[in-house]
Amino acid sequence: MAIESDVLVIGGGLAGTMAALSAAREGANVRLTSYKQSTLRMATGLVDVLGYVDGEGPVADPFEAMDRLHEGHPYSILGEATLRDGLSLFDDSVPGYRGGHTDANALVPTHGGTVKPTARYPASVAPGVASAGGDLLLVGFQTVTDFDAPLAARHLEAAGVPFDVDGVTIPFPGDLRDDAKVTRYAQSLDEDEEVTGGGRQLGTRKDLAERVKAKLDGHERVGFPALLGEENHDDVRADLVRYLDVPVFEVPMGPPSLPGMRLEDRLFAALDDSGASIDSGNPVVDYEADGDGRVDSVILDRNGNRVPYHADQFVLATGGLVGKGIASDRAGVREPIFDCHVPHPADRYDWFEDGVFDDHEFARFGVDVGEDLRPRDGEGTVAFDNLRAAGSVVGGYDLAAEKSGAGVSIATGYEAGRRAAEEV
Amino acid sequence: MSDADRTDETTFDAGESGPDEAFEPVQVFPEAEEMDLRPGADSCYKCSTCDTNCPVAEVDDEFPGPKFQGPEQWRLKQTDEDYDVDDSVMKCSNCMRCDSSCPSDVPLSQMHNTARGEYVREQQSKTSVEYWRNRLLANYRTSAWLASYVPRLANAAMNFGPARWVMEKAMGVTSEREFPSFATETFREWWASRGGAEASRERARRARIERGLVAAADGGDGGDSRDGAADGDDGTDRKIAYFHGCYANYNTPEVGKALVRVFEQFGYEVVVPEQGCSGTPMFANGMLDDARRHAETNVPSLSALVEEGYDAVCSCTSCSMALRQEYPELFDYDGVDDVASNTYEAVEYLRINEDLSGALSGVEVEYPDLSYHAPCHARNQGLHRQAVELFRDLEGVTVTDVGDSCSGISGTYGWKADRYDVSMAIGEEMFEHMEAAEGTTGLTECPTCAMQMEHGTGYEIRHPLQVLEAALVDA
Repeated sequence: MAIESDVLVIGGGLAGTMAALSAAREGANVRLTSYKQSTLRMATGLVDVLGYVDGEGPVADPFEAMDRLHEGHPYSILGEATLRDGLSLFDDSVPGYRGGHTDANALVPTHGGTVKPTARYPASVAPGVASAGGDLLLVGFQTVTDFDAPLAARHLEAAGVPFDVDGVTIPFPGDLRDDAKVTRYAQSLDEDEEVTGGGRQLGTRKDLAERVKAKLDGHERVGFPALLGEENHDDVRADLVRYLDVPVFEVPMGPPSLPGMRLEDRLFAALDDSGASIDSGNPVVDYEADGDGRVDSVILDRNGNRVPYHADQFVLATGGLVGKGIASDRAGVREPIFDCHVPHPADRYDWFEDGVFDDHEFARFGVDVGEDLRPRDGEGTVAFDNLRAAGSVVGGYDLAAEKSGAGVSIATGYEAGRRAAEEV
Repeated sequence: MSDADRTDETTFDAGESGPDEAFEPVQVFPEAEEMDLRPGADSCYKCSTCDTNCPVAEVDDEFPGPKFQGPEQWRLKQTDEDYDVDDSVMKCSNCMRCDSSCPSDVPLSQMHNTARGEYVREQQSKTSVEYWRNRLLANYRTSAWLASYVPRLANAAMNFGPARWVMEKAMGVTSEREFPSFATETFREWWASRGGAEASRERARRARIERGLVAAADGGDGGDSRDGAADGDDGTDRKIAYFHGCYANYNTPEVGKALVRVFEQFGYEVVVPEQGCSGTPMFANGMLDDARRHAETNVPSLSALVEEGYDAVCSCTSCSMALRQEYPELFDYDGVDDVASNTYEAVEYLRINEDLSGALSGVEVEYPDLSYHAPCHARNQGLHRQAVELFRDLEGVTVTDVGDSCSGISGTYGWKADRYDVSMAIGEEMFEHMEAAEGTTGLTECPTCAMQMEHGTGYEIRHPLQVLEAALVDA
């Protein structure tokens, strides 16, 4: 039994990384294992805590609104103090994020032209939040079809934001292929590649600023789709601000998402600094128990090799239905590694409602936990003494409707990691 | 995984046949003549994560990326019988990063290998310079085998300026790179002169006694004691079949020697079975028939040993990648799956089966500080952090990870004159990080990554097994 740690975290998303950071901070020897690259790359990089309760919202203060959540919601189980402690760990671990100065939600414009209530957001998004004020120009690019700036602007105005919003679409400097990826645009700005603009040679950043300047027309801040550089992200934004002389911000986009990749980089750098071991590339498919109600090891499948990973404590952070931490078929809903109990109606026609945005049962599917975050069986008995769950593998909340996904991952990850380390 | 590859057993109705009647299955679908990649294509929800991970797409605007090469091209082929595989598939370097990035388990590299094989078989001219250049590069083992008879002459000839000029002009093999030198004694020659498997069994037996795994009296005379003692307790089940591949045999026998010494130190008996090329350079060039020919040597040779209780162990991460992933994905014959599920990379194997960190704790080595680059194929097997984490606490050497970029050479790819610039552009990030790191010696598991690291920085490059040898055998 050679691959061993005090705490083994299964899953490399926000809940998994927070659990690993939390356990490492308590002094435990931690290993995190992730099947694939972190799904943080698919996410917006925004950290929402609670935006809507029972369809009402956006809520101004998520901590105050927590009281209105149903019993059995992870926030109700863990309590406000745990959420606050989790957010502090996030703030201490991830540089370059804003929003910690207040309890109130910020309203961040999205690429669809809605506003998303958000507790923490990257610095590059900050000048765009509704409360920052000032007439706003959204700039889209002809070949970045995920962001239709004029349409998003009209949506924002229809949402009733207290400032003017306009949108323009321009060609991106240079000669990128029509289906270039967001990372290719970011690279062009990162390296400030030489392009030909108006018959002259100049850098991508300067050329872009000049194209926008011609459309600025008194707007007080400018928003771009989130592709303003990766490696030299801060320099790109600083240069654009300097050339345009107004605040510049990013509008978070769908996958693959640069703000998500930057958050991934920062969280994994923090994990590295904490001394945690990390591995990825192979799924956890099974476990071995020692007969006393404890998990002895989990089994990784490496193309047919079954490799045991031993630990004293385990944290399950494998995601929900979308992340494949919860599996379903016609016969039922289950948690595939430990076969933890997932409460769900016996008749699968009760799993969903007819309207797309209705209150679906499936959205709350996940393992059932108490305040110690240990999954319980159908009778409410703890399944394994040394197994805890965190993030969207936990049931009882609808992250999409509530805009609570990141906050629950942070609170449950923090708490699962802390409790695991405490018992080592 | 898509539902397309599952059958729903709950709705299956066996009809009239009762338990006593012989059930006669009816063939509903025609026998599949080629691999069905539909489930893979269906699982792709076009998130483009693979494209943002592709090192070639990052520097070559003409390359459409893995999402097109794999699932999209596969769909195009289904609707249009005359659809030709796009020739951009030859620009894919087969780094397989798309595989490890996909959140939906799409077998991208399998789709690329299949499409590339079809392109080479059906569309590429067999009289073109490109075809013969690729074939020559892909069959490196053959050239190396010839050169090993006259290593000194080969070394001089292969780097003889005018000859290289001709090779570039006539064959499209870049003259920018220096050919790796051939060892004057191959690994297999060394192995034979050292006494081969017999000697290894004896060394392993002595190491097991030294480790207290077995008492000197019933010292386990290797094979025979298996009948008496329970496997595992006396360590007589410690036996591995070393798949050295081409490079450790012809070019860097020191890596193979390090492997043998380290494993014997832990009480493992080593055998060195008959073997060909793993096929990695052949897959990358769409030469599936060549790869199959070598697999027909490797699989029977290794599966016979697996049946006897040996595990296959590789020192090259592309060899282990081929045996454990590409073989079962592309070839369907007896033993392929057994070999795949019993193949390991060397350091990985010791980490799983031995307390390697424990063995290294308290040890001090005299070793130059190292800049470690994780090969893409190590990343795919989940091994890209193991060297750095393992040596983190080893006294006397500092190992710095130079980041997660691709080295850019991808085996034969960077040897092609028309891909050399792309290869170096991909490698740029790694070169910069190597130069920023403390160590001025490189460390990696992959022989061609090592070539690229040396080519870009002038550093000497070592293998993690050599560090283990210095720490555990030489100390």
